Amino acid sequence: MNITHFTLQEQAILIIAALVLFSSFSLLAQTRIISSIHAFAWQGALVAAATALVAFVANQHHLYISALLTLALKAILIPWILHRLVVKLEIAREVETVVHPALVMLGAAVLVAFSYYVALPVEKLSLLATRNTIAISMSVVLLGMLMMVTRRQAVTQVVGFMSMENGLFFAAVVSTHGMPMVVELGVAFDVLVATVIFGVFFFQIRESIESLDVDRLNRLAETDESAAVAEADVAGESE
Amino acid sequence: MADYLNPQGWLLALLQTLLFVAAAPLLVGWIRLLKATLQNRRAASPLQPYRDLIKLFGKEPVVADTASVIFRAAPYVVFSTTVVTAAVIPLIAVNLPTAAIADVIVLVGFLALARFFLALAGMDVGTAFGGMGASREMTISSLGEPAMLMAIFTLTMTAQSTNIAHAIDFMLSSGFVLRPSFMFALFGMLLVAVAETGRIPVDNPTTHLELTMLHEAMILEYSGRHLALMEWAAQLKLMIYGVLIVNVFLPWGIATRLTPQALLLGLVTVLVKLMALAVVLAVAETGLAKMRLFRAPEFLNLAFLLALLGMLSHVILEVGA
Amino acid sequence: MTALYLTLAFPLFGTLLMALITRCRLAGWLNIALSTATLAASAALAWQVLDDGPLLSPGKFFYIDAFNVYLVALTAFVGLTTAIFSRPYMTHELARGRVNSRRMRLYHSMYQGFLFTMLLALSTNNLGILWVSMEGATLATVLLVSLYRTPESVEAAWKYFILCGVGIAQALFGTVLLYFSAAAQLPKADDGLLWTALHGVAAHLDPTVMSIAFVFLLVGYGTKVGLVPLHNWLPDAHSEGPTPMSAVLSGLLLNVALYAVVRVKMLVDGALQHSTTFAHPHLTGDLMMAFGLLSFLVAGLFLHRQRDIKRMFSYSSIEHMGLMTFAFGLGGPLATFGALLHMTVHSLTKSSIFVTVGHATHIAKTQAIDHIRGLIRTQPAVGWGLLLGVAAIAGFPPFGVFTSEFLLLTATMQSQPWLTVVLLAGLAIAFAGLFRHLHPMVYGAQPEGQHPVQANMLPVIIHLLLVLWLGISIPLFLAHWFNQATLLITGKGLL
Repeated sequence: MNITHFTLQEQAILIIAALVLFSSFSLLAQTRIISSIHAFAWQGALVAAATALVAFVANQHHLYISALLTLALKAILIPWILHRLVVKLEIAREVETVVHPALVMLGAAVLVAFSYYVALPVEKLSLLATRNTIAISMSVVLLGMLMMVTRRQAVTQVVGFMSMENGLFFAAVVSTHGMPMVVELGVAFDVLVATVIFGVFFFQIRESIESLDVDRLNRLAETDESAAVAEADVAGESE
Repeated sequence: MADYLNPQGWLLALLQTLLFVAAAPLLVGWIRLLKATLQNRRAASPLQPYRDLIKLFGKEPVVADTASVIFRAAPYVVFSTTVVTAAVIPLIAVNLPTAAIADVIVLVGFLALARFFLALAGMDVGTAFGGMGASREMTISSLGEPAMLMAIFTLTMTAQSTNIAHAIDFMLSSGFVLRPSFMFALFGMLLVAVAETGRIPVDNPTTHLELTMLHEAMILEYSGRHLALMEWAAQLKLMIYGVLIVNVFLPWGIATRLTPQALLLGLVTVLVKLMALAVVLAVAETGLAKMRLFRAPEFLNLAFLLALLGMLSHVILEVGA
Repeated sequence: MTALYLTLAFPLFGTLLMALITRCRLAGWLNIALSTATLAASAALAWQVLDDGPLLSPGKFFYIDAFNVYLVALTAFVGLTTAIFSRPYMTHELARGRVNSRRMRLYHSMYQGFLFTMLLALSTNNLGILWVSMEGATLATVLLVSLYRTPESVEAAWKYFILCGVGIAQALFGTVLLYFSAAAQLPKADDGLLWTALHGVAAHLDPTVMSIAFVFLLVGYGTKVGLVPLHNWLPDAHSEGPTPMSAVLSGLLLNVALYAVVRVKMLVDGALQHSTTFAHPHLTGDLMMAFGLLSFLVAGLFLHRQRDIKRMFSYSSIEHMGLMTFAFGLGGPLATFGALLHMTVHSLTKSSIFVTVGHATHIAKTQAIDHIRGLIRTQPAVGWGLLLGVAAIAGFPPFGVFTSEFLLLTATMQSQPWLTVVLLAGLAIAFAGLFRHLHPMVYGAQPEGQHPVQANMLPVIIHLLLVLWLGISIPLFLAHWFNQATLLITGKGLL
C-alpha cells in the first residue's frame, strides 16, 4: 500500500514513527548521560503521541489509556527518576566515550534494514494502516539492544533497556492495536519495578567499584578469573 | 512537458536566469539585515551587497607574481558554472525548455566543478592560507556530497526521476502528503546546504579570522573584479541551495503554465518562501555558535544519517509490504 | 478451582507477610509453613486434574493440564524442601554476619515472591501474563542474587538483570507476533493471547509469522533456560547468591523457562506442520536440538575448568537443560517422556546437590574447590550426600537420571542415530569433569581445624530417595501422568 492511500492522520502516525526511529538514533549518538535521558523522555512522548493517534484513527478507546500510561511512565516518571538518580550520583555532566561512533551508526542502519527484512512477511499479513511501522518498532528494539552492547555506563545501559521496552510497546500498538489491558498493566508494573531496582543497583555498583563503568565489573569473567588465580599462584611462589 | 522549440519559453528561461543571478546578492543582503536586527545591531541596507560588488568591479585586480593562468581563469570558470547551474533550476516556472537538463546529478556535477576550480585557485598562488582553505573545503565537501546525494536519491525514489522538473511535477500532482522520508531529506539537505554555503556553524561568512576560515581562506588573494565574481558566485550558490530546497520540498505556487498571472504568482511565492527560509537561517545562525573545525565531520555525519534515515523510511514506511 | 487459587494465594500472601515480619527466626519457620500449605494446595490441585482432566478457570485466565500441573507440584515440593534447608542455612549466614535482619526480611519476602511468580507462570493461560511473571521472577531473583552486597554479587546480579532483561524483551516481541498472527483468526481480540484459544486455531495461523515469533521466543526464554551462547548470567548468579536461591534457580526457574518454550513450540508446531507451503515444518525442533546440543557440549567442557563449586554445578545445570531442550526438540513420545522425567529428576537431584554444597561451603568456609577437602572425614553425612548426589546427576544407575538419559539415548538412536555418538561423548566429558573435582573434595586430606556444622540433611535424603525410586521403578500414577503430558505435547502417548 502506498503512502498516498493513507489519510492525513495515518500519515502523521508514519511521521511520528519515523521520529521515534530518529530518537533511537539520537540515543545511540548521545554521549552525555543527561542528554540521553532527555532523548529517552522524548522517545516516550513520541510513542505516547503515536499511540494516541492510532487510538484516534482506529477508534480504539482502550489505547487512549495505554497512551496516557506510556506518557506518564516513559515520558515523565522514569526519566524523572533517572534524572534524580543521576543528579544524586553526581554524574549528570559526565561524558561517555563511545568506541567507533561512526561504526555504531552504520551498524544501526544495518539493523534497521535487517528488521525491515524480517518484518516483511509479518507486514504482508496485516490489513492495518500502521503495518509498515512494525519494522520501525522492531528496529527500536534492536537499536536499544545495540545501545546496551556499546555502552559501558550503567545508567545508559538502563536507558537502552527502557528504550527497548518502548519499541516493544510500540510494536504491540502498531501491529495489533495494543495487547490486552491486563498484560499491558502487568508489563508497565514490571518496568516500573525494574526502574526502582535499577536505581538501587546504581548505588550498590558505585559502592562496590566506585564508578558506574560496568566494564570494571569483571571479577567474574571466565578467563580473567583463571588468569587472576594464576597470577596469585606466581606471586605466591616468588615469595 | 515543455516545448523545446518554443521561443517564448527560451525567453522566459533567459529572463528567469537573469532574475536568479540578479537576486542572489539581495538574498544575502536580506539575511544580513535579519541577522543584524536579531542581534540588535543597526542594519545596513539590503542593497549593500550590490554596492560592494559595484565597488569591487570598479577596482583593478592585483595578481600575485606566482599566480598561473588558473588563478586568472578561476573566477570566470567558477562564476559561469554557477550561473549555468542557476539557469537550469526552476525558479518561478517549472516547464521551461531548460528543464531537460535540470537533472540533480548534473547539478551536483556543476557545483563540484566550481568547487574544484575554487580549490585549485586557492592553492595556485602557493600561500599557506589558500592551501589550508582548499584542503578544508574539499574535506567538508567530500563529506557533504554523499549526504546530499543520499537526500536527493530519497526524493528521486519517490518521484522516480532524477529530473528536478519531474520531481516538482510529481509533488504538485500528488497533493499534500506527509512523507517521513521528505522530512528527513529536508533536514539533511538543510544541513548540507549550511555546510556547503559556508554558513554558521560550519564556517562563518563574516569572519576573516585566519584559523577558522574556510571559504575566505581560498579567495584571500583575490581582488578587484576577480573578487567580485568570486563573491557573486558564492552568493549565487546560497541562492541555488535555497531555491532547490523551497521549490522541491514545497513547490506549491510555482508556475506550471506560462501565463502572466501564473508567472507573477510564481514570482511572489518564491520570494515569500525564500524570505521565510532566510528567517530560519538567520535565527539558526544567531542561536548557534560556530563549531570547531574538526567537529564539522560530525555535523555532516548527522546530515548523512538524516538522509539515510530518509531513504530507509521511504522504503520501510512509504512503499512497505 | 479452589485448590488452584490457594496454590497461588499462599505464596502471594507470604510475599506481603514476610515483608512485615522483622523476627528472623519466626520468618524462617513461617517460610516453611507457607511452603507446606502451598504444597498441600498444589497436591490437591494435581489430584483434581489427574482425576477430571484439564481445568480451565471461568475467566479463561488459568489453564491447568497434565503438563503444567506436574511442574506446579514439583515447584511446590522443591520450594518446601529448600525452605526447610534455608532456615538453618540462613540463620548460620546471619550468625556469620553476611546478612543483617533487614536483608533477611527481603530474602524471605522474595523467596515467596519468587515461588508466586513461578507458579503464576506455570498456571496462567495467558501468554502475556506468562511473560510478565517470568520478568517478575527475574526481578525477585535479582534481589536475591545481590543479597550479600559483595562486589561479586552485585556484579552477578547486574549481569543477570541486564542479560535476562534483554533476552526476555525478545520474548515479549515474540509474544506480540503471536498475538498478531492470532488476531486474524480469533474474533475477540482479548482471546488472542490465551494458549487454549491459540491452540485451537493453531493449524490456521500463518506459518511464517509463527516461525519468526518462535525464534524470538526461543532466544528470549532460552536466555532464562541458560542456553549457550546466552548462558553467561547463569554461573555468576548461581555462585554469588545465597545457596537456597541457587537450588531453586537450578531446580525450578530453568524448568519454568523451558516450560514456556515447550508451550510455545506446541503452538508453532501446530501452525508449521499443518501448512503445505512452509519449507521447514520441523524448524522448531531443529532449532531446539541445535541450541540444546550446543549447550550440552559447551557446558560439559566448561565443567573441567571451574574453580568455584557452585559455578561448577551451575554449568552442570546448563548441560542438563541443554539435554532437555535437545530432547524436546527431538520430539516423539519417547524423547518427550524422557525429557519430562529428566526435568523431574534433574530438579530433585540438583536442588539436593546445592543443599549439600551449601553445607560443604559452611564447613570449608569457602566456595573454592581447591580449599574444600576431606568432607567425608569431617562430616560423613555431607560427604556421602555430595558423592551420591554427583553420582546421581552424572547418570549412574540406579538413579533416575540414568533412566531418563537412557530413554533419551534410545530415542535419539531411533531418529538421529549419528547424534547418539555426540551425546555419549558429551556425557562422558561431563562425567569426567564432575569427578575430577569431586574426588579430592570428598576424599582428600582434611585441612586442620575443619569442624562439622549443624546440617539438616533431610531434604537431601528425601530428594535422593525419590530419584532412586524413580530410577528403579516409576510409580504407575506418575507414569500415567507423564504419559498424559506426553500425549498433550506430541499428540501420541508412550504407554
